[in-house]
Amino acid sequence: MADVINVKDAEALAAEWGIDTSQIDFDSIELPPGEDFGIISDDEDVYQEEQLDSDTGFGNVIVVDNLPVVPLEKFEKLEGVVRKIYTQIGVIKEDGLWMPVDSKTNKTLGYCFIEYNTPQEAELAKEKTNGYRLDKSHFFAVNMFDDFDRFMRVPDEWVAPEIKPYVPGENLQQWLTDEKARDQFVIRAGTDTEVFWNDARHLKPDPVYKRTYWTESYVQWSPLGTYLATVHRQGAAVWGGATTFNRLMRYAHPQVKLIDFSPGEKYLVTYSSHEPSNPRDANRVVINIFDVRTGKVMRDFKGSADEFAIGGAGGVTGVSWPVFRWGGGKDDKYFAKLGKNMISVYETETFSLIDKKSMKIENVMDFTWSPADPIIALFVPELGGGNQPARVSLVQIPGKQELRQKNLFSVSDCKMYWQSCGDYLAVKVDRYTKTKKSTYTGFELFRIKERDIPIEVLELENKNDKIIAFAWEPKGHRFAVIHGDGPRPDVSFYSMKTAQHSGRVSKLTTLKGKQANALFWSPSGHYVILAGMKGFNGQLEFYNVDELETMATAEHFMATDVDWDPTGRYVATAVTSVHHEMENGFNIWSFNGKLLYRTLKDHFFQASPYQWRPRPPSFLSAEKEEEIAKNLKKYSKKYEAEDQDVSLLLSEQDREKRRLLKKEWEDWVNRWQRLHEEEKLERQKLRDGEASDEEEEYEAKEVEVEEVLDVSEEVVSFE
Amino acid sequence: MRPILMKGHERPLTFLKYNREGDLLFSCAKDHTPTVWFADDGERLGTYRGHNGAVWSCDVSRDSTRLITASADQTAKLWNVQTGEQLHTFNFDSPARSVDFSVGDNLAVITTDPFMAFTSAIHVKRIASDPSEQTGDSVLVLKGPQGRINRAVWGPLNRTIISAGEDSIIRRWDTETGKLLQESEPEVGHTKQITSLAKSSDGSHFVTGSLDKSAKLWDIRDLSLIKTYVTERPVNAVTMSPLLDHVVLGGGQDASSVTTTDHRAGKFEAKFFDKVLQEEIGGVKGHFGPINALAFNPDGKSFSSGGEDGYVRLHHFDPDYFSIKI
Repeated sequence: MADVINVKDAEALAAEWGIDTSQIDFDSIELPPGEDFGIISDDEDVYQEEQLDSDTGFGNVIVVDNLPVVPLEKFEKLEGVVRKIYTQIGVIKEDGLWMPVDSKTNKTLGYCFIEYNTPQEAELAKEKTNGYRLDKSHFFAVNMFDDFDRFMRVPDEWVAPEIKPYVPGENLQQWLTDEKARDQFVIRAGTDTEVFWNDARHLKPDPVYKRTYWTESYVQWSPLGTYLATVHRQGAAVWGGATTFNRLMRYAHPQVKLIDFSPGEKYLVTYSSHEPSNPRDANRVVINIFDVRTGKVMRDFKGSADEFAIGGAGGVTGVSWPVFRWGGGKDDKYFAKLGKNMISVYETETFSLIDKKSMKIENVMDFTWSPADPIIALFVPELGGGNQPARVSLVQIPGKQELRQKNLFSVSDCKMYWQSCGDYLAVKVDRYTKTKKSTYTGFELFRIKERDIPIEVLELENKNDKIIAFAWEPKGHRFAVIHGDGPRPDVSFYSMKTAQHSGRVSKLTTLKGKQANALFWSPSGHYVILAGMKGFNGQLEFYNVDELETMATAEHFMATDVDWDPTGRYVATAVTSVHHEMENGFNIWSFNGKLLYRTLKDHFFQASPYQWRPRPPSFLSAEKEEEIAKNLKKYSKKYEAEDQDVSLLLSEQDREKRRLLKKEWEDWVNRWQRLHEEEKLERQKLRDGEASDEEEEYEAKEVEVEEVLDVSEEVVSFE
Repeated sequence: MRPILMKGHERPLTFLKYNREGDLLFSCAKDHTPTVWFADDGERLGTYRGHNGAVWSCDVSRDSTRLITASADQTAKLWNVQTGEQLHTFNFDSPARSVDFSVGDNLAVITTDPFMAFTSAIHVKRIASDPSEQTGDSVLVLKGPQGRINRAVWGPLNRTIISAGEDSIIRRWDTETGKLLQESEPEVGHTKQITSLAKSSDGSHFVTGSLDKSAKLWDIRDLSLIKTYVTERPVNAVTMSPLLDHVVLGGGQDASSVTTTDHRAGKFEAKFFDKVLQEEIGGVKGHFGPINALAFNPDGKSFSSGGEDGYVRLHHFDPDYFSIKI
């Protein structure tokens, strides 16, 4: 570890070498990526301890103990055996296997050292062969070389841990008590990460916190908004606090790529993938699950990328992220992973498999948790060439009993959509037509909360229509579908319960020929934005589903993201540089489609999906909320008055500012005019006596000109 | 306001200039042939043939008899406005970029680009009242600024020359001694190349447009910054209304990326700003390439814009333009 050099020493050193530090532009110095020249940034101090261990340079060395003690003549044979075992796991460095020999007895000492190319391989070798049974009396004891050092340092005497005095923490939810009830959002542009208040009253973003190089790849709010997580080379960190953003906790995970919070933000899952030294092998994947508050690793998963790459397309290098899906609502009780022919469900009390075994489900393709209850919906495709039908089933956790099952025939694909309260499940089923040449789409609608979970089938009127988008109304009973075959698809709204049909799905309306390919419901329901992203250049239609009418249509050209704020009052649309280099920036709209303000940012990276700081669910009961909605007038009076005050003040300030500007300008013009007057004569001289600009040296005269074109005589007869 | 589309050039426009009365509009383009139009109805009046390269800039004398043009063929030419006859050719060693007649039309300032071994320079030429006596000698040659000098104009009473260009600094030169009097403060100045410069009708102040997506208003006497207008795209052209306190900015992204973006994304609009309040008040759409040139009619009732698309668009304002209140 290099010593930290302070500025004075550096200057002295520079003087010694004859360098004038004042000539150096320190900002222009760039270190090669991944190199810090032993200078530790102040962000890294906590990681030092961990780094000490690996920095001995022996991080990739393991010690294999309990080898047989053999005389010299058998040395080569034993070495061959050991080498064979350990080259299976990774590439041993040249001369990387060393078995010491006792010079007195000329026998081996019963242990050896193996050096791998990478620490990951060494780690794997330790894991796989510790306890390996060579023969009846020899069980390998494998340790990391560095561990010896560490364990040696443990003092022999037990020392009672010091009890630290209790330090009251900050109120991490301070932002919720904002007097103006504003919401926060985070953006990343260039190297800066900034958090703003959305100050819609003043029609501008109000900065909260800004930091350059805050994260190495991206930032993410925790699901309840308490933390902002950043990703670094050494691990992840979470930030939060009452007034500003302080670092609350760090989670060491070298080369972490992806992070994911549990819905109740109790746990943080981190993921990294490491290149194997043998290029034929799959990448090694390391997943850690941390307790967010204590920073402790609750469970880690290691394995090759293949093990984590089953089912689900996309994700990073074949792994569909998140690998672990959290279930059971906000209590963070269960998480599950899709495996080959199985679903592994873990519970967080012990971080082990429920019933100590995974659920065996032949050929399972996909599963989703209900957002509210510990129910898994899973999909199994057809087997045996159609002899065994495809099915969708609902499984209760932890009992693992099947609540409901539906067999489906000639299915090509299934997608499951949960309503946000877990009341309904819609399964979009793509079926083959009889000729198997094309597919058509229908929906299976499950009513989870009703007895026996009734299922209803919904088919579109025009069977050839492709489904472009589907979305449930949050907390509601309605859903919207964009469907169609041509360039201008239709949008239909359905309800799971209307006054006439309480137990049946019914169509509310269909809007014909819309330029839309994405649906964005307000988080509080009632309103939806029909957005035409990408190919439609950012068309936005703000639609009121209660009244079935369009409130506004607008355009944010080339918009790449649409994101409602957590209260459903405002919407942000953004053009991020991922898709489009021009026009980067974001617009803030009111819920009914009025453009409030726009901000332009070059190299604007991140907007959605983590732009707005989420809010925890309201503590008000449903009845109370209803009461407020009923008596909205009473409550809103206060806020309207405030709004008016602000706008009055604003216009007053505006007028004053304008008046000052005007006055300043007039003063300037008058000063100029004086000088201009003084120079008048000289200017005339330059123009050979011609009058200067100010006077009109010619005047317009109207001249009438009559021209005789033709004269002809005509004899007019008289009577 | 329905614009008149003037299609006469085959290459992108580079410069527009009204004569003093505002009845003639001179346009320069990369197609070698400066053109004169009736500023009222956009009818083409004539062309000036003789250049062998893109024409970058022009100026017309106060009495509308002489036209001077600067071209990439390393010449500046003096023309008879009425007949289109070449009166004189000033030869240079590198492309000529900008021209400006002095007060009284006895002098002209011509800038030349850096080319091969030659650095950029500002030349002052005497303009003889009788063309037969015209010589090519320079009264004064100013050198110093790095890179291209995109525009040089006369200061009050021809005592100074204001220059601006690629190095994003505005300079004030003494025309008597040829000394550099002043440079604009880098803290308040532009951060990227200055593409255009336009004087106010009374010559008291001027506005500069820059690729740093802003335009700035300066005092011509002491180069103090008066106003800044911030827009969303690089500014290629600027002009000011002689009638109202309006500044017009035109621009667009680089010509190289025009073809890859929708014309709406490019926003090839002429943007109107309130000169005093620095607020955007409106825009005029129409071009489907960046705007390279802007000029206001001296009467303030119409303006024209020239685009990378080869069109000149002549806009006569609607009556309600004159009663805009913000």
